[in-house]
Amino acid sequence: MNPHARQFNADARRLSADLRHRGIINTALNKYAIKRDEKKALFQDWEGARQTAAEIKWDALSHLDQNLEKLAKTLEARGTRVHWASTAEQARAIIVGIAKAKNARAIVKSKSMTSEEIHLNDALEKAGFEVVESDLGEFIVQLRHEAPYHIVFPAMHLTRGEIRELFQKELGDAPSDNPEDLTLVARRVLRKKYVQADLGITGANFAIAETGMVSITENEGNARLTAALPKTMITLLGIEKVLPRLEDLALFLPMLATVGAAQLISGYNTLYSGPRQPGETDGPEEWHVVLLDNRRTALLADAEQRDALHCIRCGSCLNVCPIYRNVGGHTYGTTYCGPIGAVITPHLRGLRDWKHLAYASTLCGACAEACPVKIDLHHRLLQTRRNSVQEKPRWWEKLAFKGFAVIANRRPLWRYFITQGGRLGQRFHPLVKGTRLDPAYAWTKTRELPPIAPQSFKEWWRNRS
Amino acid sequence: MNVTMFIPCFIDLLYPQVGISMVRILERLGHKVDCPELACCGQPAFNTGYWHESREVAGRVIEQLHDAEVVVIASGSCGAMIKVFYPELFAGTKHERMAQELAPKCYEFSQFLVDKLGVTDLGVSFPHTVTYHDGCHSLREMHIQEAPRQLMAKVRGLQLIEMSQTVCCGFGGTFSAKFPAISTAMGDVKCSLAEETHADYIVSSDSSCLMHLQGLIDKQGRSLKTIHLAEILAPS
Amino acid sequence: MSERENILTRVREALTVSTPKPGAKQPGKAASATRDFRSLLPAVGATYEEQLALFRANSADLKTDFYCVKDVEAVKAQLASWRDSEKWRRIASHAGSLTEAVSSSLGLPVCRTDAAYSTVELEASDIGLTECDALIAQTGSVLITNRSAGGRALSVLPPHHIVLARRNQLVSGLPEAFQLIKEKYGSNYPSMISFITGPSRTGDIERILVLGAHGPKKLTLFLLE
Repeated sequence: MNPHARQFNADARRLSADLRHRGIINTALNKYAIKRDEKKALFQDWEGARQTAAEIKWDALSHLDQNLEKLAKTLEARGTRVHWASTAEQARAIIVGIAKAKNARAIVKSKSMTSEEIHLNDALEKAGFEVVESDLGEFIVQLRHEAPYHIVFPAMHLTRGEIRELFQKELGDAPSDNPEDLTLVARRVLRKKYVQADLGITGANFAIAETGMVSITENEGNARLTAALPKTMITLLGIEKVLPRLEDLALFLPMLATVGAAQLISGYNTLYSGPRQPGETDGPEEWHVVLLDNRRTALLADAEQRDALHCIRCGSCLNVCPIYRNVGGHTYGTTYCGPIGAVITPHLRGLRDWKHLAYASTLCGACAEACPVKIDLHHRLLQTRRNSVQEKPRWWEKLAFKGFAVIANRRPLWRYFITQGGRLGQRFHPLVKGTRLDPAYAWTKTRELPPIAPQSFKEWWRNRS
Repeated sequence: MNVTMFIPCFIDLLYPQVGISMVRILERLGHKVDCPELACCGQPAFNTGYWHESREVAGRVIEQLHDAEVVVIASGSCGAMIKVFYPELFAGTKHERMAQELAPKCYEFSQFLVDKLGVTDLGVSFPHTVTYHDGCHSLREMHIQEAPRQLMAKVRGLQLIEMSQTVCCGFGGTFSAKFPAISTAMGDVKCSLAEETHADYIVSSDSSCLMHLQGLIDKQGRSLKTIHLAEILAPS
Repeated sequence: MSERENILTRVREALTVSTPKPGAKQPGKAASATRDFRSLLPAVGATYEEQLALFRANSADLKTDFYCVKDVEAVKAQLASWRDSEKWRRIASHAGSLTEAVSSSLGLPVCRTDAAYSTVELEASDIGLTECDALIAQTGSVLITNRSAGGRALSVLPPHHIVLARRNQLVSGLPEAFQLIKEKYGSNYPSMISFITGPSRTGDIERILVLGAHGPKKLTLFLLE
C-alpha cells in the first residue's frame, strides 16, 4: 500500500471513532443544510439553474483556448501583466520572482485554494518573505501550521475554545472565547498588516474573457483590502476558471453563495479589470495575473472526466458526503478533499498514488445530486477505479473476481462452493470469529454476520417446479 | 404478464424469504413468474474496477434476461446495475445492443408494482411503526422514492415516520470491508437517525443495506429490527 | 516555445475530442437550457414598490441599516446626530453631488480619496461616505465602482460605510445590474467593480455569523427621493 493510502486509512480509522469530532462537523453541517435549503427554495427553478450553469461551463471548456487567449488579451490591454505557468513549480517561481523584484517586505494574502495546491506560502517563506493569511479561517489554520479543513470553511473543525487557546498562545491576545471577541482580535492584528503590506496576493473565483476581468467572492472584505492597499498585486487562478461573458456571473454568483454558504450572495463580489488606471487614486500600480495549468490540461484531455473542471469550488459535495462528514478534511491528505478532491487528485497528483480516494466511497451519489454545475462525481469515481485497474490491476483481486466469475457461471460450482461451502464455513466460523484468523474480520469486528439460510432461494425454486 | 425475476446472490443465500415473498405477491396478482438460475449481476467486480471480469458474469445475465417480457429485480442496487450500468459496461462490445434493449424492461420490485402494474394495495396489514431507508442506488440511480411509500400507505396499521435526513447507510458493497471503520460510523449515524423516529422497524427495498444495519444492530444490542418491504407485503 | 504556447497547445490537443452537452443522456430534456436567468433566479416582484420592499427585507436580514429619506437635508441631520452620539472625529469621502453636500456639513476634517490621500488618515476615519451605481433588490446589494465611490479602499477600510443612493438607482436583479454596468461604462470599465451585500461578516468560527471581520462592521444606506 502506498504511504498516502496508509495515511488515509489510519486517519479514517481514528476519526471514524472520534465522536467528538463527528459531533462538531455534523452540528455545523446540519445547521448549514437547513439554511441552504431555504435559499435554494427561493430559486424559481434550481434544477434549471444547474442545467444552465453546467452548459455554460461545458461550453466555456469546449472553447478554452479561445477564452484564455481573449482573457489574456483583454487583461493586457489595460496594463495587467499576464503570466502562464505550466507547473506548480513555475507558478511559485513567477510569484517569488515578482516578490523579489519588488523587494516586498510584507505580503498579505487573501483566500486561495490554488495557492494551497502549489504550496505557495512555503515557497515564499523559504525565500525569506513573511506571508500573512488575511481570511479569518485561513489565518487560524496558518497559526496552527495546518492545511485548510474544508474548501470554504478552513477552520470548521475547531471549537471557539481551541481558537481562543491558539490566539492566546500565538498572539498573546484572547480576552474570551466569544466568536465576536476572537474576530476582533484577528481584525486588529490584520488591519496593521493591510496598511503595511506592499504586496497583495489573491486567488480568483472566475475570470471573464469578454471584458478582461477577474471575479473575487468573499464575505470578510479582506480580499478587497488586499486588492486596494498594497503597491503590487498578484492574482493566481487555474485556467479552468474562465467564463466567456460578464453576465454569466449573474447566475454563478448567487448559485455559488447559495450552496457554498447558504447566502443569497456573498458579502463582497468584486470584478478587477486592471491595475490602477489613469485618473484612479488607489489600487496597485502593478497587477500580475498568473494562469496555472498544473495538469488541468491532462484532466481536460480525459474527455470522460472533463466535467470535473466545471467545479466552482463551492464545497457542496463535501457538505453532503457521508465519508467527509465522518473522516473530515485532513484525512484526505491533499489540498482538495471530499468528492471533488477524490475525483481530481488522481489527475493532479497521479493515479497510482491517489486511487484509494476513489475507493473510499460508497458511490451514494449525494455529491452529484448537490453539485450546482452537474459534475457526475460518483460516476467519475467509478471510472477512476476502472482506470486504476487498467493501469495496474491488483493480482489477488483479479484472481478473486475471475474465480468468482467461473463459479457464478456454473450452477454446480455455485451450489458446492457458495451455498454448501458457505454453510460449512459458517459452522466453523465461530472458532475464528473476531480474531485475526477470521477471513471476515473486516466485517465481524463491528458487525454480526447473517446466517446462510437453511434453504436457499434457488433450492426453494427448484423444489417447487 | 410473464414476469422474469432476477434474484441477487445475497437474497439467494441469506434472505430467500424476500425472494419468496416477491414470487408469492406476483403470483397472487395473477402473473406468471420465472426465476432463471443466475448467480450475480456482476456489480462487485464492476464497482471495484474489474470491468472485464464483471462482463464475464454480467454477459450471462444479459443473455438470459434479454428476451424477457419484463424483468423484476429484487434489489435496487442490482436493479441499478442491470438497468443503468450495463449499457456503460458493455459499450463497444457485442452485448451493447442487448444491454440497451434490456434496460427499459427492468424494474425494481416496488417500482414494478406501482409504476408498471398500478397496484398499491395488497390487502395486507402490519400494525407497527416503521421508518424507511432509501438505498442509494434505488434513490439516485433508479429514481425510486414514491413507490415504496405508496405501497406502505396502503398497509393496514402501518405507521411511517421518516428519518430527519436521507443519507447512505455505509454498506457500499466492498467498501464495507475495505473501509470498515468508516462503514461502521456511517451505519451508526443511520441507526441513530432511525432510533430518533422511535420506529420499531427499518424497512427498505435493499437487503444489502439491511444486512449491514442489522449486523450493527445485533452487535451493539440496539432494539431496532430490519425488514424488507416485500416481507411486509407478502400474502400471509 | 513559451509556456503560453505550451499550455494553449495542450488545450487545443485536448479539445480535439469533444464531449456531449451535460445531461444529454437524460430523456425528455429540452434542446438547450434557458439563458434567461431571470426565470431561474429568485423572484423579484414586478413593480418598483415590490422590489423596494424586497430590498428592504433583504437589508434587514443582512443587518444593513436602510433608510428612505426625503432629501439631502434629512441625511445631513441624521449624520449630525450620529456624529455627536458616536463621537466621530474625522470622516472620509469623495467628490459627488450628494456626498459633497453632506460631508461638508458636518464640521469635521474630511479625508478626500479622489486625490492622492494618506492611508493612515483613511484608516483613522470613523466613516466612509460614498455614492453608488445601483441598488439590487434581488440580493439587497449595493453596486459601486472605484470611479463612483471614491476609489478601492474608501468603501472598505473605515469601520462604518455610509451610502447615498437615489430612488431611480434601484434595479431588480443581477442580470439588470450587469446590463447597467455594460451600458454605463461601455468598454472603459473602472478597474474595480464591487457588489457589496451587507456589512463585512465571517462564519469561520463554528459557522457563527460575526459582523465586521475586516471590512466595515456597519453598512448604512440612505435612499433619497
